[in-house]
Amino acid sequence: MLTCKQFLQELNDFLDESTDPGLRSEIERHVNECPNCWVVCDTTRRTLKVFKGMEAQAVPADVQQRLVSAVQKKIAARQGKRPAAPIGQ
Amino acid sequence: MSSSISTLPFDETALVTQAKAGDAVAFSDLVSHYERRVFRMAKQITQNEEDAEDVLQETFLKAYSHLDDFQGNSKFYTWLVRIAVNEALMKLRKRRSDKTVPLDEPIETGEDTVAREIAVWEDDPEQLYSRDELSEILNEAVQSLKPAYRTVFILRDIEELSIEETAQALNLSISAVKSRLLRARLQLREKLTRQFRRKGDDAFAYL
Ligand SMILES: [Zn+2]
Repeated sequence: MLTCKQFLQELNDFLDESTDPGLRSEIERHVNECPNCWVVCDTTRRTLKVFKGMEAQAVPADVQQRLVSAVQKKIAARQGKRPAAPIGQ
Repeated sequence: MSSSISTLPFDETALVTQAKAGDAVAFSDLVSHYERRVFRMAKQITQNEEDAEDVLQETFLKAYSHLDDFQGNSKFYTWLVRIAVNEALMKLRKRRSDKTVPLDEPIETGEDTVAREIAVWEDDPEQLYSRDELSEILNEAVQSLKPAYRTVFILRDIEELSIEETAQALNLSISAVKSRLLRARLQLREKLTRQFRRKGDDAFAYL
């Protein structure tokens, strides 16, 4: 049987589902038999889920405005023209 | 995707093809689609709004200049993230030479990888907080990581690059990415457990 320490070393691959099947069933057995590791596994999985669900907030309007004009300037320079009418807004 | 300003389905490949052919509107669409995520990543890595704005601009200006180098071997966003992370790390290094912000602490061996806080969580802890509160909790947790762990976590678990892409972007070995990632994940798990643990369930806490 896997030790708790070995379990922890395998946790990443296990959560990323990149563990090979033999080891995977050993890990599953450990998780089902060891309450502590079950909690660690469950809460780490949920930690990742919470972060994946985090939406990026809108870029502040002034920052976005400066970005848009920097990009437009670059595009105009490449196309050998002066900045044209605002694009994309 | 929800961050798209267009009501049309977002077709990254088509937009990139058009942008490469010189279509300025297509490139601007790519900018508006990804600006939030690039800015968030820049803020998380640099921990500085001003630096993050520079990173945001530099990333898209560089992407535009080097559009021809993008061969479509990865997703466009992955390519963009690599540019952004380089810019952000440059900013961080620059600040480090100003002050002393350690960027690459010696990485310990696997021996100290432990899980201390053992407590089950509330069923839906996300529901207990407003969106802003939750995002503050998550941001604070990420900020508390050392830069070497933080960057790996951001690329792999927030921006969802693969282990290999993360290693490439940061010029690290696969095994370095994996060991940093494990520490980052476990440390974040501990932080979030302090917030999200089921109340009145101390039978599970061996502290
Ligand atoms: Zn165990």
